[in-house]
Amino acid sequence: MTRNPTTPAGRRSRVRLADALGVGAAGLRARRMRSTLSAFGIAISISALVAVLGIADSSKADLLAQLGAEGNLLTVAAGQTFDGSPTPLPATAESMIRQIPPVLMATAVGTVPGATVRRSAAVPALDTGGISVLAAEPSLPSGLGITMLHGHFLDAIGDRYPETVLGFAAARNLGIDVLTPSTQVYLDGMYVAVVGIMAPAAVAPELDTAALVSFPVADTLLHLDGRATRIYVRVDPDNVAAVAAVLPFTASPAQPEAVEVRRPSDILVARIAAKTAFVGLFLALGAIGLLVGGVGIANIMVISVLERRGEIGLRRALGARARHIAVQFFIESALLSTAGGLLGVGLGVLATAIVARVTGTPATMPVEVPVGGFAAAMAVGALAGLYPAIRAARLAPADALRTP
Amino acid sequence: MSIAVELHDVTKTYPAPNAVTALERATLALRTGETVAITGPSGSGKSTMLNLLGTLERPTSGEVRLAGVRASSLSDGELSGLRAWHIGFVFQQFFLLDHLSVLDNVAHGLLYRGLGARDRRSAAAAALTRVGLAQRLTHRPQELSGGERQRVAIARALVGHPTLLLADEPTGNLDSTTGADIVALLAGLGDDRTTIVVITHDAGVAAAMDRHIHLRDGRIVGDDLKAA
Ligand SMILES: Nc1ncnc2c1ncn2[C@@H]1O[C@H](COP(=O)(O)OP(=O)(O)O)[C@@H](O)[C@H]1O
Ligand SMILES: [Mg+2]
Repeated sequence: MTRNPTTPAGRRSRVRLADALGVGAAGLRARRMRSTLSAFGIAISISALVAVLGIADSSKADLLAQLGAEGNLLTVAAGQTFDGSPTPLPATAESMIRQIPPVLMATAVGTVPGATVRRSAAVPALDTGGISVLAAEPSLPSGLGITMLHGHFLDAIGDRYPETVLGFAAARNLGIDVLTPSTQVYLDGMYVAVVGIMAPAAVAPELDTAALVSFPVADTLLHLDGRATRIYVRVDPDNVAAVAAVLPFTASPAQPEAVEVRRPSDILVARIAAKTAFVGLFLALGAIGLLVGGVGIANIMVISVLERRGEIGLRRALGARARHIAVQFFIESALLSTAGGLLGVGLGVLATAIVARVTGTPATMPVEVPVGGFAAAMAVGALAGLYPAIRAARLAPADALRTP
Repeated sequence: MSIAVELHDVTKTYPAPNAVTALERATLALRTGETVAITGPSGSGKSTMLNLLGTLERPTSGEVRLAGVRASSLSDGELSGLRAWHIGFVFQQFFLLDHLSVLDNVAHGLLYRGLGARDRRSAAAAALTRVGLAQRLTHRPQELSGGERQRVAIARALVGHPTLLLADEPTGNLDSTTGADIVALLAGLGDDRTTIVVITHDAGVAAAMDRHIHLRDGRIVGDDLKAA
């Protein structure tokens, strides 16, 4: 080591970046408990932000996928009678609709007026549980893309023997979650075997709360007379609007104004909007949490500066510039928020994956969410570290050394 | 012999509210290689004088010169460079970092020269050997006795071979036997290139040095140079 006594200021005070980071990390390790806790403060809010955005995006992606698949579905119904039960469509409606060239598929259901479903005859008749009885065609599940949770749909046997398929909510309301060959419900005065339970149908929520029977069974045992009350229509996706325009007259030439044509995917659009509204609220809460975490870091760092006056004075005596002291405390704060940010992003992604798995939706995570979450943590750490760092740097060396 | 550091008519007054003139019109020139004891009652301005010599404090009036360069002409960055490369400090409170090993504490003495970790550590090991702590490199400061801790602090001060070594009551926290060992160590460190200044209450320490400066109420009231 050479010295240059004639030009004492010829050599500069400087620190390598690796050493600056090492000193910051060592400072945090020396106060492990409080470092961990304040990093956790950041991690919790970042993970909440990431999870909210991830979960919302996953369910939105699921809804959007359904929306794409269901955009060509139309329903035709004939309004309601005065007592609230659906009016039947003309008997010719379904076959007429099938004649429209862009129609790919049509499948009808018919509401059996006044029919109730109960677990057994012992349950009071007024206790309908909101379950309606619908006649359905075998083409219903394939036409609407509904899968079976248990058992199978109504088939040729169901045309002759009284059996029923329950919607998702109907099965739950009746307390049926497994099917055995002897599972029965009390349907309009007789015991009927339950052969299947359907998965939820996002575009046809009315099916969720229904007990389905075949049209022949409905006709012979329940006196439906084969009349459909609602027809589901799949249309060539390019001609949805055109078909919707001609459907009322096709379904009921005598009374086209009584026919309601709907596009169930509109429900999905509304649901996506509802989900986005929630996200805004949670994001605001997460942002407040992040702010609180940042104040926590700032607080810890200010305390640290007060406690470490002696160390600051020593470092100045060893040749640290005021700027080096500022950088040291700034790095400590940045390391805290980096650790918190990484942990938070990890937890948030994990939570999103778990929720997606539990709800059965595909997990999606736009790359902006973890990147943005991490950047937010870094920004908060930088802001929180600024004031303590400046304060530490402003401390006069001799004053700092005078504190015991 | 060249002048290592000098005070020229230096006054240090601390600002209001409790305005105190800690040092008044002090003029002093310390030669390179000289060993100096500063004594005086508590509050007489010893630490203030040492901090002025070490550029930790700027004078209210007068001039501090290091190797002929006026400290007032230097920026904070330049003064810091001066401390990093040319000045070593030892304090009564040791100021060791508890979360670092003895070796890394000493290596910290070279941190602000921008030296790599390996070079710092090997220099630190050599400095610890010089103070008789070669067997303690991996210990934590808490695991050492008071005297050993002060040896670590001395090793940290001299690891970079400073031209000016400033010690503010280095034996103040030690019992008399241990303190005597530390004094012997400091006195033995002297070579013809290093100026050593030690603040002490101990007459024995003062006697071991080339020169003895006595302060009272912020004024230099005695400056005895021993015949070499
Ligand atoms: N930062 C300060 N502000 C105000 N007064 C101070 C400050 N530092 C030291 N003093 C005063 O200056 C005088 C000399 O202090 P000091 O140099 O520490 O004395 P010594 O080291 O001889 O005990 C004392 O009266 C002390 O109270
Ligand atoms: Mg003192």
